[in-house]
Amino acid sequence: MNDQIGALFVQVAYIGASAAFILGLRGLTKPGTARRGMQLAAFGMLLAIIGTLLNHEIITYEFIIIGLVVGTAIGLPMGLLVPMTAMPQRVAISHMFGALAVTLVGIAEFLHYRDIPGGPGAVKMVALGFETLFGALTITGSFMAFGKLQGILPGRPITFFGQKFVNAAIFFGAVALYVTLVVTQSGGATDAAADLGVPMFFAMTALALIIGITLVLPIGGADMPVVVSLLNSYAGLAASATGFAIGNNILIVAGALDGASGFILSILMSRAMNRSFANVLFGAFGGEKVAVAGKSAEGLTTRSVTPEEAAMRLGYARNVIIVPGYGMAVAQAQHAVRELAELIEHRGGRVRFAIHPVAGRMPGHMNVLLAEANVPYDHLFDLDEINGEFAACDVALVLGANDVTNPAAKSDPGSPIYGMPILNVADAEQVIVVKRGMATGFAGIENELFYLDKTSMLFGDAKSVLGQVVSEVKGL
Amino acid sequence: MTTAILTAIGAAAAIAALTGSPVAPDAPTLVDLQIVEIYVFLLAAFTGFQIITKVPPLLHTPLMAATNAISAISLVASIVIAGAERPLYINFMGAVAVAAATVNVVGGFVITDRMLRMFKRTEAPK
Repeated sequence: MNDQIGALFVQVAYIGASAAFILGLRGLTKPGTARRGMQLAAFGMLLAIIGTLLNHEIITYEFIIIGLVVGTAIGLPMGLLVPMTAMPQRVAISHMFGALAVTLVGIAEFLHYRDIPGGPGAVKMVALGFETLFGALTITGSFMAFGKLQGILPGRPITFFGQKFVNAAIFFGAVALYVTLVVTQSGGATDAAADLGVPMFFAMTALALIIGITLVLPIGGADMPVVVSLLNSYAGLAASATGFAIGNNILIVAGALDGASGFILSILMSRAMNRSFANVLFGAFGGEKVAVAGKSAEGLTTRSVTPEEAAMRLGYARNVIIVPGYGMAVAQAQHAVRELAELIEHRGGRVRFAIHPVAGRMPGHMNVLLAEANVPYDHLFDLDEINGEFAACDVALVLGANDVTNPAAKSDPGSPIYGMPILNVADAEQVIVVKRGMATGFAGIENELFYLDKTSMLFGDAKSVLGQVVSEVKGL
Repeated sequence: MTTAILTAIGAAAAIAALTGSPVAPDAPTLVDLQIVEIYVFLLAAFTGFQIITKVPPLLHTPLMAATNAISAISLVASIVIAGAERPLYINFMGAVAVAAATVNVVGGFVITDRMLRMFKRTEAPK
C-alpha cells in the first residue's frame, strides 16, 4: 500500500513538472513574463527530482549524492560566471553534458535488460538504440562545436578527400548495427546471435561518437547557429527516447519540448541562410560554397573615413540604424555601441538596431549581448520589421557584419549567397562600415556594399574605433 | 508548421510500424506498452511547436538555454540508475550521468535567469 501511495506521489509530481515546463516556456513568448516562467520551470524540475528520490527502486543514496554534489560544483560556477560573449560555447558544451547523461542511461539500461530473461525486446531496443545513437553523436558533435566556438579548433571547415564517402560508410554501419540489434535482441541473452549484442551495442555507440565528429568538422564558424540548434534538437530527441525506453512520461514530454525547440530554430536558421532543411540535416553545409568565388573586387576602390569624420556624420544624424554582427561580439564592442547610441539619442537622433537571424554564432546571440550592455529590447528589431526602414535612415552603421548585408544576395544570381534574406543596408542614405580589414566574410565572397559611393569604411578594432567615435561625438 | 506536424506523425508511424513487428511470445505488444507514450510524445511535440513558434527572436538564446535545462530532466532517469539495485559499475555510470545532468539543471536555470534579468525596456522619461 505504501508503495502505491509513493508511486502515485511520483506520478503527480511528474504531471505537475510537465505542466510547469509547458507554462514556463509559454512565459518565454514575452520578455515581460519570461523570468517568472523560467522560475516556474525550475520549480517543476525540483518537484520532479524530489519525486524521483522517493522512488521505491532506490536503495542507496551515496552515488546519487556524489553525482548531485559534483554536478552542482561544476554547474553553478558555470552558470554564474560564464560571460555573455561566451554564451554560444556554453550552450554547445551543455548539449554535450545532456547527451552524456542520456547516453550513459542508455548503455546502463541496455546492460541491465541483458541480465533479465527475455532481454530488452524489440520494442525497448528501438528506443534504447535511438537514444544511444543520437546521444553519442551529440556528445562528440557538441564538443566539436564547442571547440570551434572557443577557438580550440580552427573555425574554418575541415575537409579531406573522400570525406562524404567515409561519412556515409560510418553512418550506414551504425544504422546497420542498430537494425541488427533491434532484430536480434528480442530473444533474450540465450540465443547465439544475441550473445554478440554487447559488442554490437558498443560498436554502434563508438560509430555514433565518430559520426558526431565527422558531422561537425566540415562546418564553418558562421554556420554554427544551425549546428547548435540541430544539436539542441538531437539532445532533446535522445532524452525523449530515454522516456520511451524506461516508460517515463516526463522524459518524453521534456525531450519533445527540447526537440521541437531545436527543430524550429534549425528551420529558422537555415531559412535565414537560404539553405533547405534537408541540406542542413545531411550536414552538407559549408562544403561546396566556399570554393565558389563571387565577383572579384579588382578595379574597385573603397573610401575610408577617420573616426572624427564618422563622429560628425553620426552626431548630426536624425535616424540611425546599427547593424551588429559577429565582429561586435569578437571585439566585445557592445558597451561602446550602447554609449554611442545613447549619445546620438541625447542629441535628438533616433537609434535602432537591426538584427539578422544568423548574426553571430547562435540564435539570438546579438540580442543577448546588447541586453547585457543595457540596450533596451524595444530598440532591437528583426529583419522583417526593420528592412523597410533603411530607406528612411540617414546613416546605417554596420558593425562587424558582412555576408548578411551583401546586396549580391539580391542582385547577382551567380553569387553563392543568392536568395539569402539580407538587411537592406544599401538603401540607407549613407553607410559606415566598421571592419578590421578587407577580408571577406565567411562565405568567402566580396561584399559589393563596401564599394558603393555612399559607403565609407572605418577600419580598426570595433571597440577601440567606437571608443574614439564616442569621445569625438562628445566634443561636437 | 504543417510539414513539421506531418514529419512528427510520420516518425511516430515509423516507430509504430517497427515496434509492432512480432516479438518474443510473452513480450508486451505495442498496444500494451507504447501507444500511450506515442500519444504523449505527439501531444507534447505539438504543444511545443505551438508555443515555441511564438517565442520572439529576441529571446532565442534564453530559449535554447532554457530548453536545454528542461531536457536535463534525464536527471531523474540517472538518479534511478545510480541508486537502484544494480551492479556497482552501473551505479557508477549512473553517478556520472547524475553529475552531467545536474550541471545542466543548475547551470542552465541559473544562466537563463541571468540572461532574462538583462532584458529591459526603455525607462519611462522622467
